[in-house]
Amino acid sequence: MTAAIKQPGWIRGALGALLGAAFGVALVVVLREISGLPIWQTEQTGYPHVVVPLVTGPLGFLAGFGCFDYWLRWAAGMPTIPEDHSQHGAKSRRDYFRFNTDHKVIGIQYIVTTFFFFFLGGLLAMLMRAELAQPGAGIVDASTFNGLFSTHAVLMIFVFVIPVFAGIANYVLPLMIGAPDMAFPRLNALSFWMLPLAGLLFIGSFLAPGGAFDAGWTGYAPLATGAPLGQSFFNLGVQFAGASSIATALNFLVTIITMRAPGMTFWRMPLLVWANLSTSLLVVAATPFIAGAQFMILFDRVLGTQFFQFAGGGDVISYQHIFWFYSHPAVYIMMLPGFGIISEVISTHARKPIFGYRLMALALIGIVVLSYSVWAHHMFVAGMFSWLRVPMMITTLLIAVPTGIKIFSWLGTLFFGKIHTYSTAMLFSLAFIVTFTIGGISGVMLGMVPIDIHVSDTYFIVAHIHFVLFGGSVFTIFAGIYHWFPKMTGRMYDEKLGRVHFWGTVVGTWGTFIPMHWVGMDGMPRRVSDYATQFGDWNLLISVFAFMLGAAQLIFLYNMVVSWRYGPRAEGNPWRAKTIEWQVSSPPPIFNFDEIPRVVGGPYEFGVPGARHAIMGDEGAEVEKPEPAVAGST
Amino acid sequence: MLGRLPIAKMLLATLALTALISAVMLPINWNGQGASTAAPKIDTLLDVMIVLSAFVFALVMVMLFYALWKFKAKPGDESDGEPIHGNTKLEIAWTVIPTIIVLFGAGYSWAVLDDIEDPAPNPITVDVFSQQFAWSFGYPGKGMAYSEGELHVPLGRQVHFKMHALDVIHSFWVPEWRIKKDNVPGITTTAIVTPDKPGAYQLICTELCGFGHASMRAKVVVEPPAEFRKWVAGLEREIPDPYLEVIRRDTEADPFPVGAGGA
Repeated sequence: MTAAIKQPGWIRGALGALLGAAFGVALVVVLREISGLPIWQTEQTGYPHVVVPLVTGPLGFLAGFGCFDYWLRWAAGMPTIPEDHSQHGAKSRRDYFRFNTDHKVIGIQYIVTTFFFFFLGGLLAMLMRAELAQPGAGIVDASTFNGLFSTHAVLMIFVFVIPVFAGIANYVLPLMIGAPDMAFPRLNALSFWMLPLAGLLFIGSFLAPGGAFDAGWTGYAPLATGAPLGQSFFNLGVQFAGASSIATALNFLVTIITMRAPGMTFWRMPLLVWANLSTSLLVVAATPFIAGAQFMILFDRVLGTQFFQFAGGGDVISYQHIFWFYSHPAVYIMMLPGFGIISEVISTHARKPIFGYRLMALALIGIVVLSYSVWAHHMFVAGMFSWLRVPMMITTLLIAVPTGIKIFSWLGTLFFGKIHTYSTAMLFSLAFIVTFTIGGISGVMLGMVPIDIHVSDTYFIVAHIHFVLFGGSVFTIFAGIYHWFPKMTGRMYDEKLGRVHFWGTVVGTWGTFIPMHWVGMDGMPRRVSDYATQFGDWNLLISVFAFMLGAAQLIFLYNMVVSWRYGPRAEGNPWRAKTIEWQVSSPPPIFNFDEIPRVVGGPYEFGVPGARHAIMGDEGAEVEKPEPAVAGST
Repeated sequence: MLGRLPIAKMLLATLALTALISAVMLPINWNGQGASTAAPKIDTLLDVMIVLSAFVFALVMVMLFYALWKFKAKPGDESDGEPIHGNTKLEIAWTVIPTIIVLFGAGYSWAVLDDIEDPAPNPITVDVFSQQFAWSFGYPGKGMAYSEGELHVPLGRQVHFKMHALDVIHSFWVPEWRIKKDNVPGITTTAIVTPDKPGAYQLICTELCGFGHASMRAKVVVEPPAEFRKWVAGLEREIPDPYLEVIRRDTEADPFPVGAGGA
């Protein structure tokens, strides 16, 4: 038992969480005593006895779990434990539940965790569609409904779409650039372990008195400042998700800039690497703004500050400016890595070099720069200073140009290729082009102030964001998961089930989100549990397609779980791709490469006689490592 | 490279598909009935955008399905495609042409925006008060007439709504007017509408404001000026003092919401 308490792991982690929470409560009690306040809560809102432990408890868990061990020893001047690689790589399934510094293990930890939250968030969406299938009061009351859509959005955005891309890139990116691991493996592990804590805080808010946070994922003041305790769970969960995101982005930046294999110049990087470079630039600069905005809300709630209280001299609209200064770039944080995935998949399965590779990379950088100058297009009707609307409209419409360049370049890549559509990854990539074009078109319409004035805060918005976030981001996520599934697990997935999942998802997406455009324009506001009876038939139809969409995801889950366990063994390079991650075994060896590869050409040199992307260290030996040592291999 | 593609046929197919999509979509009245002078202008802008969007969408579809039909690999064909890395002229074209299209859209939208928010002479000013979860209205004149849950406005005269939120943010939307504006605590926001069809409409709150958000509605009646004056004269209540205090307290954010109109 004492040994278990000394060893980093779940027991010490649980103990750390308890001690951290106890410390938090004690801190509040002592500070209140010193300030002459009653020891226990008497105020209407705030709940410091809960809010402070919500910070110290998770931090205590991370410390107990072993996330800080190395650094703390070093900082305290104690002898650090010599690196014996015992925390690197997974020898059994249990190693996935430990603090592990291998980017491949962390990648899988990320992907599995985020998909858990994806299914949970999807379940909340199904409940919402059940409520909305008929006008009038249904299965949940209005307050619960507000909690449902708020939590649905927050789970999907903060603990699914943003981090699942970090997970895919975590696994694939170091392999792609010929690096043995990420630049900061311990920081990488810490980034991951903050993520489930964020998810637990979001879900935990359902248990708080007053119910889950229900001011929408946007959490506008002053609705959020006056909301019950659950809102604080959101404010704090965002801090953990945000810190995780920022640390990972720093890690990617340093890894991409400093750890590329010899010969891999910037213009020889695969577009997935470019995409993650751009995304990371957005994350490190933009995410502090949402962290700040949520801290200010939290301080207004708990400490009695007046940032957004007009009665105390605060400014209500400034919250929206700070929030959207992050949350619009966040849209691209959720899309650029997907662009990278689509480029890899389309080039590989069309057997063609990417059309206009340099312009593709420059378009990513163009989006990064422009995305900082469009935030107020979310606020055309918010009552902000009116002169800002026209410049923001122009930048918003201009951002469609680099996005359009990417669409046309993917289409150009298909021309004169040899297009193979046997892979589900390719099907999702092709469908992505169609759905994302529609999402882009409705985005341009929303960018136009007169149209936005009419459709802002209606179901048209719901339709648009789901076309870009589900038909866009999530389609690319599926493409990425299917594409690298053989690499990650060493097994092939079932293409037949993949096709069923694909068609169910495509038809479900269109059937669910296309009619929403119309009901929104015709007068149905968003974020309502009840609506005018004239929209009843449309909503019933939407709900039916939504359930179909949900059911299709169960097929995906079954396919992934069963194929991981029983699928036929995958070769090193089942798609005959050129990039480096496909030149090692599936799954890759524990330290990726025996010898760092040398990069001698571009990443997509299909059809170029004699062209090579990289020369591997064991070139000539041609021996594939036969026995993968990662979980799921037996 | 381009010479080997049936460019003319593809363009023709794109135009045909554009025409088809437009023919299906344009007759539909997407935004529902219109009842203000702004409505037809916004609806026309939408129609123009539908045609342009149909063209972009048709172009993408024709390119995609032509490529899938023409360049699909035969079963068992393991060879690679042609090593084409790009085409500078084409890349410049699909950077410049979309830029022109969106800048046209921006200019047109700007013109429409200036037009619909242009202040007319002799407008009537109506105060809007919003709170969880109800609307109330104050009318001009010495009597400071006041109504709850029902808004009346005269037909054919520009109305300047001065909006005041009493607790959290709400948003004022009458779909038939195509006009929406948030009501923000601490500031007075303005919406400009010229109703041009008599009838009864619904005022809908479109900013999440709590558990009663979905049911925060009010009745809107547009009637000839004489009937409107009669209705206001018949109102017995006056704007309550706390509300007058709110009007005095709030800073006016935007007397005229568009730069051009403020002059």
